[in-house]
Parts: sequence; C-alpha cells; structure tokens
Amino acid sequence: MNDKRITVFCGHYGSGKTNVAVNYALDLKKRHENVSILDLDIVNPYFRTKDSAKELSENGIELICSSYAATNLDIPALPSEMYAPFCREDNFSVMDIGGDDRGAVALGRFAPLVEKTKDYQMLFVVNFYRPLTQTPEEALEVMREIETACSLWFSGIVNNSNVGVQTTKEYIENTFPLVQKLCEISSLPLVMTTVRADLSSQIEDSKNVFPLTLQKNVLGG
Amino acid sequence: MTDKVLMKGNEAIAEAAILAGCRYYFGYPITPQTEVAAYMAKRMPKIGGVFLQAESEVAAINMVYGVSSAGKRVMTSSSSPGISLKSEGLSYMAGSDLPALVVNVQRGGPGLGGIQPSQSDYFQATKGGGHGDYKMIVLAPASVQEMASLTVKGFDLADKYRMTSMILADGTMGQMMEPVSLEEVKATTYEKPWAVTGTKCERKHNIVNSLSLVPEELEELNFARYERYKKVEENEVMYESFMMDDAEICVVAFGIAARVSKNAIVEARKKGIKVGLIRPITLWPFPKKALLDAAEKAHTFISVELSMGQMIEDIELAIQCKRPVMLCNRVGGMIPSPNMVLEAIEKADKGGKE
Repeated sequence: MNDKRITVFCGHYGSGKTNVAVNYALDLKKRHENVSILDLDIVNPYFRTKDSAKELSENGIELICSSYAATNLDIPALPSEMYAPFCREDNFSVMDIGGDDRGAVALGRFAPLVEKTKDYQMLFVVNFYRPLTQTPEEALEVMREIETACSLWFSGIVNNSNVGVQTTKEYIENTFPLVQKLCEISSLPLVMTTVRADLSSQIEDSKNVFPLTLQKNVLGG
Repeated sequence: MTDKVLMKGNEAIAEAAILAGCRYYFGYPITPQTEVAAYMAKRMPKIGGVFLQAESEVAAINMVYGVSSAGKRVMTSSSSPGISLKSEGLSYMAGSDLPALVVNVQRGGPGLGGIQPSQSDYFQATKGGGHGDYKMIVLAPASVQEMASLTVKGFDLADKYRMTSMILADGTMGQMMEPVSLEEVKATTYEKPWAVTGTKCERKHNIVNSLSLVPEELEELNFARYERYKKVEENEVMYESFMMDDAEICVVAFGIAARVSKNAIVEARKKGIKVGLIRPITLWPFPKKALLDAAEKAHTFISVELSMGQMIEDIELAIQCKRPVMLCNRVGGMIPSPNMVLEAIEKADKGGKE
C-alpha cells in the first residue's frame, strides 16, 4: 500500500469517522514506526478517539487531542501539539475531523500545512444508512459543504455503510450501486469498503475491503 | 431492509416530528439533545418549515405558545436545565389548553449538573414542574424506534386532549444509534376549532389566554381540565409487561433502566427466580392498575431508576403500599449495571435479607 503522510477522515455526523480513523491508524502502525492520530472533533463531546486511548497507547500510536476530550467538559478546543506531526517528515498521521461542515471548520486552520506536505489524502466517510446521506446526491451535497468549510478537496471515498450490530453482508452489498454512483458524480475513487472484521471475508475483494477489528461499544451492550 | 435507517435517538425524534406534520421548531442548544436542533436546522428549510434558534429557552417556549395558538403542530426540545427555564411557559400553555410536543433528553443534576444520562426529572415532568394544577402527558421511550413512534403519538395525544406531551428521554436514548424503520410512523390530524386563525368575519373570534380573574370561572376551568385529564388516565395508559405471568418479584423501570433490567431479569430467570418487568411507557398517566394487579402475585417490587428514588413513590401509591418496594439506583450520570439489578433481584428473592 502506498501510504500517505497525512490521511484525513471527514464525513457526515455519525458516519463512523472515528471508528474508521482509529482502525486505520492501527493498520498504519503495522508498516510504519511513527504513527499519530489527531482528534479535531469540536462538535461532539461523546464518542471520541480518546475512548480508544488504551488500545492506541498499547500499540505505540501517539494520540493528540484536547485535554478536555471525553472529560464531559463540553468545550471545543484544540491543543498546540496538533502542529507537531507536520514538522516531522518521518511521521504518518491520521486526522479525525468532527461531523459535517461545522466539524470541518476546525480542519481549515491546518489546511495550508496539510497541503504543504504534498503527500496527503482526504477521504469522505459515508454510511448510506444514515439520515441525510441516504442517496449519492445527498452525500455529494455534504461533501461540497465540508470542502467549502475546510478549503481542502476530497481525494477518495470510504464506504462505511452499516446498521450497527444488525449489519449483514446484504446490508453492505446493497450500498455498492450507491457508492459507485457517488464515485461517478464526484469523480473520485472508492479507496476502502470498511467492514466489521467478522463480516469482512464475505465481501468481494474488488471493493478494497478494510476490516474494522477494533469496535467500541460505548454502552457495553 | 432498505427501509432501515441508522439513527441517533435525537435524530429519530426530529425526523418523526416532521413525519407527524410538525413544521415549526424553536429551541436553544444544550447537550445531550443538540442533535434535535441540528437536524431540524438542516431539514426544516428544505421542506418549507421553520427552524429558529431562539435567544433563550424562555423565548423558545413562548414561540411554541404562539404557533400552537394558531393551531399548528409545534415543538421544542432541551435537556434538564433548559426544561426548568421552560417550565413557566409550560404552565401558561396548560392554562391556555394548548397542545405541543416538548422533549427532555435528561442529564445529571440538579443545577447545571453534568452531561451524562439521568432520569431525575421524573418529578418535574409528572408532578407539574411549573406552577398551578396541571398535567402533561409524559412518554418514556426505551429504544430509538420508540423515540420515533412516541414522538408521533405525543403529537396526536397533545392535539386530541389539548395538552402538552413530553418525551422524557435520557442522554443514552438521545445519543445511542439503532436501526429505525420510519415507514410505520403514521400521524392523525385533529380539527382545532379553538385556534386563532382569523375569523374572516364569519364567526365569533377565538381567545387563547391563561388569565382568568373571576375565581368562580377559574375554578370551573380547572374542574373541566381535570375532567379531561381523567379521560386521559382512563384511555391512554401504556406499558410493557415482560415475563410477568408467574412473577413473584416485579421490577419497575422505564427508558434505559428498563433495558438494563431486562438483561438482569433474563439472568435471574436462569437461576430459577420468578421475576418480571413492568415498563411504564406513559409515566403520566401512570400504569396504576397494572401494578396493583401485579401486587396480587408479587411479594416484592423493585424500582430501578437513574434518580434518588422518584418513580418509587408512584409505585407505592399504585400498589397502595401492599408490598415492599426496594430502590435500585445510580445517579449523577451513572447507569445501574445488569449485575447491580441482578443483585437487587436476588436480595428481594431472599426476602430482603443479605
């Protein structure tokens, strides 16, 4: 795999960005020494990258997030450490952006630094079972809103369509025509189809299947 | 299967409200219900509706008062501290017999409290909250699907009885994601001959008002209102009965506490303990008769709540204190674990002894 120095995950509110980003960072770590994950979520005080702090730390992945993240203190903030990965050329970074255009505003201030690396990808995470992104056209609208808010262009699409624990192979396969259409109307490639690990072997290889091994169940069942 | 949508509870409330014909939303953001407002902000302009972020909760509830007076379906939503601010308006709406849907996605309190789930606004929702003699229909969803279906039910009941309906959810219900089917969501339309819609010089003008300075008349209004409340108590009680047929121990819980309790009951049944659950879906009207009937067979009741013990008082009243009622609770944003509830059930099984 031709890994980029910076991988940015953006998408609609609740599309699964954080889950995909954490798993992607764990995967990067298999091939690279220095991997960081940056939590830029300024929208939601719940379901944060920091919920996986233990797994990230055990795997030697650097977590950069606000000291207020996952503390129940509902204050949108970003620490100065966010700039560090851009100064290290041997560092592979995953940027987890908050939902929608409102979340993408936080990415905007880092846009010049991201572009300057000339070695980044910005991926749109979509779950076609989520409200307001149920059609390719709706998803494209969200993509354009995000791009406008952060001043960066998407370079690819991640199909993370699922209905939670009830997801089956059929649920995922039913979204293939939708994601194909989204690729066509946005002129972007399908970079990954992210699938819960136990289902991943059932999906055909041509869809760039990426198994999500780490699943956070915040409610504990 | 394509009809399934993966929704947060807060989003399910918002979309269901739109399906129920609500085109007016007024609110002010507060965690953990902000998604209701965020969803409405995106959807309402696309369907010709109104989303307005008011300057305060007090302003929002008075906008609801205005739109309801004009006979339109209208809603607001907030979390605990915001509902306190809206309580004056809720009393005025009751005094004016105005229907509306109000959502409370509760968080830990009192005061500013925290942002984790709670059920400690039970008293506020079921016993008034604002001043004066009045009731609200209080609906307690226990799944994202119910967040949608009870929203529609809430609008219907509000219009039918000219009352405020409240969805009393908790932070977990608002934030959790579950697949939802919105196809079965069907609303009913009610005539509103009392609404302030302009007379066109064809009828006597309507007045919507809560001011009544003649005590004899104000007393009559209260009597008439409570006659209506009596009908609600007779006709609109909703509850779920789970493994109650032979139950000697009756757990009573709503919302997230009921989900936790179900897990504990299934485990207790494996150990041979005859235990069941009565889950009130309407907190007002409270399922008094179902509980009194359960007291025939059950020797002990357990109230599982995310409060210091509020619903437990209604259980004791409903069963006329015929059986002991134990409290199993966590507060401040904490949720009882299935194990904690199981331990309470085992204790009840041993006659309350350790």
